[in-house]
Amino acid sequence: MSLIEITDVRKSFGANEVLKGIDLNVEPGEVIAIIGKSGSGKSTLLRCINGLETINSGSIQVAGAQLAPDELHLKALRLKVGMIFQSFNLFPHKTAGQNVMLSQMVVKKTPKPEAEAMARKMLERVGLAHKFDAYPDELSGGQQQRVAIARALAMQPMALLCDEVTSALDPELVQEVLAVVKELAAEGMTLLMVTHEMRFARDVCSRVVFMHMGRVHEIGPPAEVFGAPKTPELRQFLGAQH
Amino acid sequence: MGYVFDYSWLADYWGVLLKGVLVTAELTLVGATLGVSLGVACAWARSLGPRWLKPIVATYVELIRNTPFLIQLFFIFFGLPSLGVQMSEIQAALLAMVINLGAYSCEIVRAGIQATGQGQFEAGWSLGMTRFETFRYVVLIPALQKIWPALSSQIVIVMLGSAVVSQIAAEDLSFAANFIQSRTFRAFESYIVATLIYLALAILLRQLLRGVGFVLFPRRSGR
Ligand SMILES: Nc1ncnc2c1ncn2[C@@H]1O[C@H](COP(=O)(O)OP(=O)(O)OP(=O)(O)O)[C@@H](O)[C@H]1O
Ligand SMILES: [Mg+2]
Repeated sequence: MSLIEITDVRKSFGANEVLKGIDLNVEPGEVIAIIGKSGSGKSTLLRCINGLETINSGSIQVAGAQLAPDELHLKALRLKVGMIFQSFNLFPHKTAGQNVMLSQMVVKKTPKPEAEAMARKMLERVGLAHKFDAYPDELSGGQQQRVAIARALAMQPMALLCDEVTSALDPELVQEVLAVVKELAAEGMTLLMVTHEMRFARDVCSRVVFMHMGRVHEIGPPAEVFGAPKTPELRQFLGAQH
Repeated sequence: MGYVFDYSWLADYWGVLLKGVLVTAELTLVGATLGVSLGVACAWARSLGPRWLKPIVATYVELIRNTPFLIQLFFIFFGLPSLGVQMSEIQAALLAMVINLGAYSCEIVRAGIQATGQGQFEAGWSLGMTRFETFRYVVLIPALQKIWPALSSQIVIVMLGSAVVSQIAAEDLSFAANFIQSRTFRAFESYIVATLIYLALAILLRQLLRGVGFVLFPRRSGR
């Protein structure tokens, strides 16, 4: 059984059908890059997987947790998959440490000392142990994004969804975040990432998904997708990248 | 211009004034605490609550914001007893203030919630928090921080507006001033003293609210 099973998922915003039947199975430990033109539905697909968007039909399952619109099912699903956003979305009124502790204490009812120990461990993992008491506005974008990753990891998810996690960063800060993601991949974390970093996708990912007009247009190992694109749409897309 | 100021009555009546000040302070502190709590609950209901609750809260808010406080006070003190609800003057005054502030602060807090980016909600949800938990732990404090100056002003307005509760013989500061001038016939001086005390109370209250802000919001900047 796959870790993430996406079956014939359709999603419309009003009359605009954005996902037109997506099928995708992700095995444990896989690192998947999702690429495609703006508006092709990449973000929408990720957001459907953890229930930030409600799907019109089809089914999504993560490690046995079925996507359903009620809070109980959503919580069970969201405990299995974490999400990292382009805009970090750290809680501005909490320190880095408190950002990582909050959901452990609220959602899992972890006692404070354990939550704090976990927070220190996760911040250390992203290289920010020394920023435990810093507030988000005292951190650089790259540091904020690493705290966001630590915050998601502290919930011990089985997979992480990453939506253009380096797009809001200054170029010189991109690498420090990618390095953390790369390390997660090496440790066996299952990753589904929308990215424009083609080099990174080629080096780190096990499979690349090319989305086009709401469909998985082409899928395969990076060598195939980048080296021998089958469809003119993918060739054109890759050609347009620098 | 031959008016001679006479403050000798202060020696006999300072106790009355003090009692009035204490009543006004108590009404303000309890009324503001309960009123803002009601306002936060209503703001939650109106922006994030169940669909059936929204029109009910909206009706309450519009009803209160579009009628005079004095009429609301009279309704509670003179109207409710005919429905069998008995209240002391102070209880009626407090209830009127809570209901009034609840409606105004609802709209103020709601603006703070709306100014909070969708990303904050989504971050909370995607970590497994329920909608309510996300509101409570993620959204509420930054939302309050954004509107704290406006909310503080509204609380001061309610404190000053509480002067009208003397109309139902709740023995607050303005009741004391009325009482003193009717006994001493020094109306000018009585109201000058009352005015200065209200001014001092308002300044004190603003400082207190600033202090509460410092405790509540560890971070100066809100996004
Ligand atoms: N909340 C929404 N309401 C209405 N339409 C939406 C909404 N979110 C996305 N869309 C539409 O869905 C389509 C796909 O959007 P999506 O954000 O998934 O694209 P994307 O592939 O992530 O693009 P980008 O590379 O620009 O991030 C777009 O046409 C967009 O306008
Ligand atoms: Mg996108």
